[in-house]
Amino acid sequence: MPNVVHLRDAVCVLGRFPALAGATLDVDAGEIVLLQGPNGAGKSTLLRLCAGLLPLQSGEAEVLGCDLATDARSVRRRVALLGHGVGLYEELTVTDNVAFWAAAGKHGADEVDAAITRVGLAGRLADVEVARLSAGQRRRAALAVLLTRHAELWLLDEPHAGLDAQGRDLVDHLVSTAAEAGVTVVIASHDLDRSTALADRVATIDGGVVSAVVDGARPRPDAAELTSAG
Amino acid sequence: MLVDAWVIAAKDLRIEWRSRVAFNQLAPFALVVLVLFAFALDSQQTVLAEATPGLLWITILLALVLCVQRTFVTEGAPGLADQLRLSGLDPAGIFLGKALGVFVQLVALEILTVAGAAILYSTHFGSIGLMICAALAASVGLAASGSLYGALLLGVRGRETLLPLLLLPVVAPVLIGATSAFQAALGTGDVTLDQAWRWVGLLAAFAVAYLLAGLFAFGPLLEDT
Amino acid sequence: MTSIDTGLAEAPSAVEPTRDAPVGTSSTASRILGVVTLVLTAVGLTYSLVISPPDANQSNAARLLYIHVPSAIIAYVAFGVTAIASVMVLWRKTEVWDLIAGASAEIGIVFTSLCLITGMLWGRPIWGIYWTWDARLTTTALLLVLFVGYVALRRALAGTANRAKWCAIAGIIAAIDVPIVHQSTNWWVTLHQGQTVRLLGESEIGGTMLFSLLLMMVAGLCGYVWLLLIRFRVGYLAERVDESAFDEAIAQRRAEAAAQKRTAHRTAPTAPVAQKMATHTASTEVD
Repeated sequence: MPNVVHLRDAVCVLGRFPALAGATLDVDAGEIVLLQGPNGAGKSTLLRLCAGLLPLQSGEAEVLGCDLATDARSVRRRVALLGHGVGLYEELTVTDNVAFWAAAGKHGADEVDAAITRVGLAGRLADVEVARLSAGQRRRAALAVLLTRHAELWLLDEPHAGLDAQGRDLVDHLVSTAAEAGVTVVIASHDLDRSTALADRVATIDGGVVSAVVDGARPRPDAAELTSAG
Repeated sequence: MLVDAWVIAAKDLRIEWRSRVAFNQLAPFALVVLVLFAFALDSQQTVLAEATPGLLWITILLALVLCVQRTFVTEGAPGLADQLRLSGLDPAGIFLGKALGVFVQLVALEILTVAGAAILYSTHFGSIGLMICAALAASVGLAASGSLYGALLLGVRGRETLLPLLLLPVVAPVLIGATSAFQAALGTGDVTLDQAWRWVGLLAAFAVAYLLAGLFAFGPLLEDT
Repeated sequence: MTSIDTGLAEAPSAVEPTRDAPVGTSSTASRILGVVTLVLTAVGLTYSLVISPPDANQSNAARLLYIHVPSAIIAYVAFGVTAIASVMVLWRKTEVWDLIAGASAEIGIVFTSLCLITGMLWGRPIWGIYWTWDARLTTTALLLVLFVGYVALRRALAGTANRAKWCAIAGIIAAIDVPIVHQSTNWWVTLHQGQTVRLLGESEIGGTMLFSLLLMMVAGLCGYVWLLLIRFRVGYLAERVDESAFDEAIAQRRAEAAAQKRTAHRTAPTAPVAQKMATHTASTEVD
């Protein structure tokens, strides 16, 4: 079975800065992998590379079977990225935003309300402009957009940041539910305790390279079988 | 592509509906400019009447710059560019959608400024049909070229000052053409109706050229590579 | 270590100077061309300002046209080169064409300004005014503003990864405008007099005058090519200044990790070593 994410010495340049300086990482289908490392280590760059948003300078990179060097675009519709920026229109309400992105991705309008309910923004907040939401509420709205994408690979950049305890639980719940449904998840996080408990494996990124990969604490009876097949 | 264009345009018009920036700020701005022109050409009704076509289109060009800036500021929120590229929307559709949004707002502003000129400058209209054709052709060209430059400058440092520098010379032919056509319609210049329709043809050619340029250029423009 | 080496070998190859890459701001050829340009200009100016007879109608003012006409033609050539080079940037995606487009636009601005200034100086005694809204003048002035905007955009985008592509698009959409501008100004001034250069008239020009004009034309073209070569080289070297340290930058970037890792793992700085350390063998075993 091919890896969902397959990086070999991937070099990725931002301007002239080699944000990824030869990263090597494999992620299997249905896995939850945590990326940890100091600020500026290259975590966000790795996620954006996997989303097909950054050009690959050298090395190999394959995501969902597509070679990023030649076919980055066909990856895009199949992944979901929760970035630092939430990617919402400030002047539009939560419902407007989720409906717009659902329409943009050719997904049904009927999923909009369900997604908003799942992230706990149903009711009054659904009709509030994003500009008037708190940081945590915006991230919830961004999660609702993410849910409507039906992606095969979730790339979450600091998903817990700015969220209250409930919100962080929500993220964990959404991630494990998605992984059980077969979605592969890569999380970049500083919230190590929480994310390690969630993850099958923990990859340490530093200086633009993956310097270590260790097991995470996610309870998975079939973990050994899955990974040995990779 | 057309579906994508409609998704984008509907979103932009919804943003305008929610924020009312064009209605609350652009429209009064256009009227202020009209009044300022009257002050500058004070007490010379004949001068004002003769200059009306040009003044109208200068006003619209200034409003265009603000309108383009506004519609692309909303696209500059953090993370939006990434999500737009992940969305699978056709870049050509995004261009048409942005241009359509600008076009609708421009036409509304044109109706307002022409009405304003009718009242403030006591303008008499001759050929309404000619005016409508010229204004529509000009607006398509303005919306297309404006959207093209708006996207080009998205994320460029100093885009507020670069946009007018880049856009206004490019739309100079629209100013000349639309003004000449309006002169014929208003009977203020020595442009004949026959010539005026030639100008409408030039406006249409400009519109087609920049629509095509936008359809082809938007893909590479939205890409980071 | 092999996988690191292959990773690095590819990255700097894009940076390494190719066969004929410039190493200085001028070459033997450009130096020779520079001398030729200066000599031609000196001879051309002697002919046009001293040797050639004064024009029958315009007397000595006509001598300005020996500068005006060549600079106008070269200005249009320069912008044409920018437009073509912009297309080539999108087609071939090479840095060379981007640098040519930028260099040519800058030189084009110089020649356009020269053309407009000499035109205005000539217009004052002949037409009695510095400026008139003649089609050529207006088109040329708009052309100047279009390309000033283009160069301003190049400056604003300097150092960004997308500059070549975005500037190429800007160059092309500005070039699309030129025929429309030309047509619109032509119609716009139909009431005004015809083409100004006709004032020189074919019958009036001949012998020494024609020779002077051609000489200045050749001198101007040599000057354009000379400046283009130098500006291209400067642009190329300026790009290299930032890029020459690319492999160094990769090494530095990796060293960031090494500095921190050394405390935890003594041998962690490179990816393959790190892979051996990985406890999760299945998905990290490589090759």
